Amino acid sequence: MLSEHAEEILEALWIQIEEQGKKPMDVGAFRDDPAIEELIKLGFIRRDDAHIHLLEAGRLHALACVRRHRLAERLLTDLLDIRENVMDTVSCKFEHLLHEGLEDKVCIILGHPKTCPHGKKIPPGKCCLEKRDKKLLKIISSLTDLETKEKGQIAYLETKNASQMQKLISIGAIPGVPIVLVQKFPSYVFKIGHSQFAIDKELASSIYVRLTK
Amino acid sequence: MLKDSAKHFCRSISYDDPLEVCISKIQGLLLSDYRMSKRALALLLLQEDKEIVDTVRDKEGERFDKIMGIVQETKTHYLRPLTYIISLRRQKEASRIAKLTVGFPGQQKLSIKEKLSKILMDPIIGGPILLAILYYGLYKFVGNFGAGVLVDFLEDKVFIARLNPLVTSLINKAIPYKLLQDLLVGEYGIITLGVRYAFAIILPIVTTFFFAFAIVEDTGYLPRLAMLVDQLFKKIGLSGRAVIPLVLGFGCDTMATMVTRTLPTKRERIIATLLLALAIPCSAQMGVILGLLSDNGIGLGVWLGVIIAVFILVGLLASKIMPGELPSFYMEIPPLRIPQVSNVVRKTASRLSWYFKEVFPLFIFASVIIWIGQITGVFSLVVKILQYPIRWIGLPDKAAVAFLFGFFRRDYGAAGLYDLKKAGLLSGNQLVVACITLTLFLPCIAQLLMNIKERGLRLGIAMSLFILFFSFTVGYSVNLVLTLFNIRL
Ligand SMILES: [Zn+2]
Ligand SMILES: [Zn+2]
Repeated sequence: MLSEHAEEILEALWIQIEEQGKKPMDVGAFRDDPAIEELIKLGFIRRDDAHIHLLEAGRLHALACVRRHRLAERLLTDLLDIRENVMDTVSCKFEHLLHEGLEDKVCIILGHPKTCPHGKKIPPGKCCLEKRDKKLLKIISSLTDLETKEKGQIAYLETKNASQMQKLISIGAIPGVPIVLVQKFPSYVFKIGHSQFAIDKELASSIYVRLTK
Repeated sequence: MLKDSAKHFCRSISYDDPLEVCISKIQGLLLSDYRMSKRALALLLLQEDKEIVDTVRDKEGERFDKIMGIVQETKTHYLRPLTYIISLRRQKEASRIAKLTVGFPGQQKLSIKEKLSKILMDPIIGGPILLAILYYGLYKFVGNFGAGVLVDFLEDKVFIARLNPLVTSLINKAIPYKLLQDLLVGEYGIITLGVRYAFAIILPIVTTFFFAFAIVEDTGYLPRLAMLVDQLFKKIGLSGRAVIPLVLGFGCDTMATMVTRTLPTKRERIIATLLLALAIPCSAQMGVILGLLSDNGIGLGVWLGVIIAVFILVGLLASKIMPGELPSFYMEIPPLRIPQVSNVVRKTASRLSWYFKEVFPLFIFASVIIWIGQITGVFSLVVKILQYPIRWIGLPDKAAVAFLFGFFRRDYGAAGLYDLKKAGLLSGNQLVVACITLTLFLPCIAQLLMNIKERGLRLGIAMSLFILFFSFTVGYSVNLVLTLFNIRL
């Protein structure tokens, strides 16, 4: 079992190298960190004189860590309504509790979110690719994954694409608003308050809804 | 270092504090008079509303940089765009107020209107309904009644039988100059041609079209149609929203080109303008073409097939070639309602008056141009030049005149063919080829001017050249295919 500290180093390494596309990390402050030894022993990283490199096994493990971390963030903000400023400390503890199997369940509950609340990409898991409907578990879902007549409140908007988000805001699709899906084909039609709107699939996939019975 | 980057940097102090602090800081720097609340102004600045940013830049001078500095600083407090944060807070406040003040009745049963709305938005039932609306609205009402009954009456009974001879004899007596007589009451005279076309052909067709369109518009059907066709329109680079200018184009392409302003991206506006100019025949032209091909069912089918094929093909190509943001579709679907007479009348009247203000002078203008063209001989020269591509697509030389007129008004051209057909100068094949080429051929002069006005000189001219070349190429190809397979229509 990897220590929490080692997992955090691995995550940071992955973010720096894989996500931000920067160079391998300087050895610097970690010269005597026991977690580094732990990671080397497991074959996750390689250290030369000045740098720490990520190995393939480490990359896979880090990917899973990052996924858990960001899913934990989503879980905390979307379901437990934890404020952003305290979220970080909580989610760092939380992610270590989400283990394989459990994380996919959380992912399903949250409707396979594509980004964390900070707008960073959540690496997709097996569940996201299969998308087998496990209706009982679903609590948050993207509008495209809802069935017609299902209703809820808008939980959040995928904010990756600013102009798309602007369009949704302009028609009043804002977090907190009650929403009912009326039709799925050929376009998505939903009801907010007493108004009906039609949007295309791309826009619909960036609305996430917290379901109500 | 590492620890820091291991975590996401969540620096928000508390949910709303930094925003409030920044708003009051900005308010303090806005010293000029804006005729709106400083707080609203500050909020718009934080959302970087282009218009407001420009105004403030003009009015505040050196304080502007400081203000924008605060805006940038505010951004660093939030991970999501400020627009999102601000809308979110507004929503929270709005629903708080709503909870306190408004009560909603529980879920009611679907009303008849809602059921009908569901039917209209059904992808399977929606298709036949659209066809029914097109058949009764466009073909029966505009085509048969407007372009048939009304035009026949006004054209034959009123103008040709009474008004024209009367005015001609009056003018011929009053003005002894042959040249001026020609300008006013000659073959292409202002009164005998310009005014006659405007009142006897265009008025009934356009009025019936605008009337039918206003009825459909007032029921709230158009957004439902947009929602049905969106996925198909995406393939030709447009969103469902574009269905409104395109349908309006069947009434008047010039007006429809102006309405392309309602499309959100430049890319969509250009593609819609091109398709309107090329493949959407306006009601006046369609009326005449339906008349020309009315006794030739297969010919009509070929014409329709080729025009639809060109529409799809050019749309597909344009969406492949044109750079720019891909269209996205979002539209309110208003509740269905029974059209109100006052609305329908008002909309029809305002479109008609626009039409006559913008287009009627062009009829007169066209008559004058034709007159000048004829006395100076420029006209016969252009007709001679046009005869080459005309021969190329297998038509008699005389058709060149119809094509030249087609540019002044597309329906002039079609009506010119009508005369040729009456005189027995066109075979079935020639008629179909001519109708196809003329439908695709250069937009009328009013639409050309509108294209230039809306899309700019360069693009307007480039489009026209493309259309000129393209229409004759299609005409040539159709003629070639018909000849090769020895088909007689
Ligand atoms: Zn995050
Ligand atoms: Zn998933």
